[in-house]
Amino acid sequence: MNPAPMVALVGNPNAGKSALFNALTGARQKVGNYPGVTVERKVGRMALDDGRPLELVDLPGTYSLDPQSPDEQVTRDVLFGRQEGERTPSALVVVVDATNLDNHLRFVLQLVALGLPTVVALNMIDMATRDGLEIDIPRLSAELGVPVVPTVAVRKRGLDELREALGRAVGGGGKAVFATGEPGELSRLQREARRIASAVTTQHRQTNFWTQRVDKVALHPVLGPILLGVLMFVMFQAVFSWSQIPIEWLASLQAWLGDQAVRHLPDSMLRSLLVEGVINGVGSVVAYLPQILVLFFFILLLEASGYMVRAAFLMDRLMSGVGLSGRAFIPLLSSFACAIPGIMATRSIDDQRDRLTTILIAPLMTCSARLPVYAVVIGAFIPAKKVVPGVGLQGLVLFCLYLAGILGSMLVAAVLKRTVTKGGGGGFMMEMPKYQMPVWRDVALGLWQRAYVFLRRAGTVILWVTIALWALTSFPKAPNGVKQSEYSIAGRIASGIEPIVRPVGFNHALALAIIPAMAAREVAVSALQTVYSIDSGDDEKLGQHRLATRLRAAWPLPTALAFLAWFVFAPQCLSTIAVIRRETNGWFWPAFTLVYLFALAWVAAGITFWTATALGL
Amino acid sequence: MRLDQLPLHRQSRIASIDWDGLSPREARRLRELGFDDGVAVEALHRGAFKGPLACRVGRMIVALRRGVAASVIVEPA
Repeated sequence: MNPAPMVALVGNPNAGKSALFNALTGARQKVGNYPGVTVERKVGRMALDDGRPLELVDLPGTYSLDPQSPDEQVTRDVLFGRQEGERTPSALVVVVDATNLDNHLRFVLQLVALGLPTVVALNMIDMATRDGLEIDIPRLSAELGVPVVPTVAVRKRGLDELREALGRAVGGGGKAVFATGEPGELSRLQREARRIASAVTTQHRQTNFWTQRVDKVALHPVLGPILLGVLMFVMFQAVFSWSQIPIEWLASLQAWLGDQAVRHLPDSMLRSLLVEGVINGVGSVVAYLPQILVLFFFILLLEASGYMVRAAFLMDRLMSGVGLSGRAFIPLLSSFACAIPGIMATRSIDDQRDRLTTILIAPLMTCSARLPVYAVVIGAFIPAKKVVPGVGLQGLVLFCLYLAGILGSMLVAAVLKRTVTKGGGGGFMMEMPKYQMPVWRDVALGLWQRAYVFLRRAGTVILWVTIALWALTSFPKAPNGVKQSEYSIAGRIASGIEPIVRPVGFNHALALAIIPAMAAREVAVSALQTVYSIDSGDDEKLGQHRLATRLRAAWPLPTALAFLAWFVFAPQCLSTIAVIRRETNGWFWPAFTLVYLFALAWVAAGITFWTATALGL
Repeated sequence: MRLDQLPLHRQSRIASIDWDGLSPREARRLRELGFDDGVAVEALHRGAFKGPLACRVGRMIVALRRGVAASVIVEPA
């Protein structure tokens, strides 16, 4: 059977390409990566009206075919049939913002010159009408020499006509002919684009952008940063408050599953593995799904509405102080949910050195996986009293931990930009898209994709780690009178590490907990749980309250504080390291990250421990 | 007058761009975002503490740093 013809979706950023892709393919899409490069590959299936199937590939949004960033390189290679793992497209759909023809037409002209069958989707035509622009579509089509179909992707308008035009285009076939561009070529195309744009566009009245109204506040030198601060505050508040109820549901589900297993299975090794390893281990991680989803909900919303670029604008001055650009703000913000999507989001930074620096500091943002660790230790050691009315001491400590991560990252960035990632300086230049209402379907789709990735991780990496951890702490069985946590394999490994971390106040149990935290930070909690429960013999029902009581008995306060400080900087999870390896294409930078973060963590924990001890806490 | 000195909301036009004063990367990005001789330009917002500048170029709003904007020479529309 012949595979379905492949059609590539191309266009400038902010032309509504992804919305059109979602509208054409629905949920039938796969997100992956191009081999060897760090560019996302989105493929979906769609059917033409006569039933012929098509494979639609959503290429990264780019401004031209001159390869400057990995994104542009992939777009170009796919179009020329040189991209590994991709067929040469049978046709192109070029997505154009109808309100911004002067600029977007240049790329269209470049693409039409390739000689592939092409259909232009004149997207956001409703916005153009609202702005008082009238576009002579037959004339535009004649000027470009390809069919032009007006569409409104977010309202699913014009899709039938687009499919029809595509059906005719795919029939033909054709081969890309690459005309080498010479310097000045871009300017020539640009002038041609402007000529066509002004020939086909009639402007009826001065455009009155909503965007400008909103920007008066959003980009105001004083109000803008205040608004950004308020939005960030609301976002982090929501991460905690909106997720409370679903977290309780998940916790009761987990308890119920554990009870069922205990009730229906005989007391055995298998039951212990199932309850401690699988249900409690994986459950303690899945419990953070609601928080991650709330955070991503906000991030997706800010991106889809067009505000994210404004945030980058406002943050640029601050970021330039440490040698980065406002663009780094978006990946770093995502890193508060999880460093993995954050590091992946650095792909939008076109300067390689800026991008590298951002990747290296992303693990310092307090990701949501650190929350369970913070929550347990703060709950156990920091009294729940008010500092001033409305501000609790526990919340304040948590805030300080976040702040320590941010300040630490800025410090590290400043040092890196003056040493290992010196030079570059891509500056800050970006298009500010018009504000628009987010499409809820697209937000929901984005959330689903994030949830899926997270659950798959919980089902694989974290599952195996918890099982391995359970095995390492359970075997070999200690003879009477010897502590299981010291006699077991894990205990012996921890004894090896202990001399290194003893100066900063860590005891044997802590040394044991930071090993599995390498795999996934949140496992530190279940590790402590396992260590203290295995020693006491009551294996299955150690709640968080009891863990807190145990910790209070076992750790002096300076140790607890040092443990918190350690977690601000150190045990980056292995998945993050794996992503850094993939994104930097080698082992050097992940190794560098490991070493510098451990060094930083050790020093931070040490300073905290020694200071707290000296103060007599 | 240079674009970074242009008062806000004054309709202007790009008279010339000092392409040689820009890095090749900056020059290309600037071209891609529609900067060219004769294009209408208007300064819209300025970031605090010498932060970046947002301006309308043609129909597009573009953010850029003031150092780059200094290479763009504007004249009254």
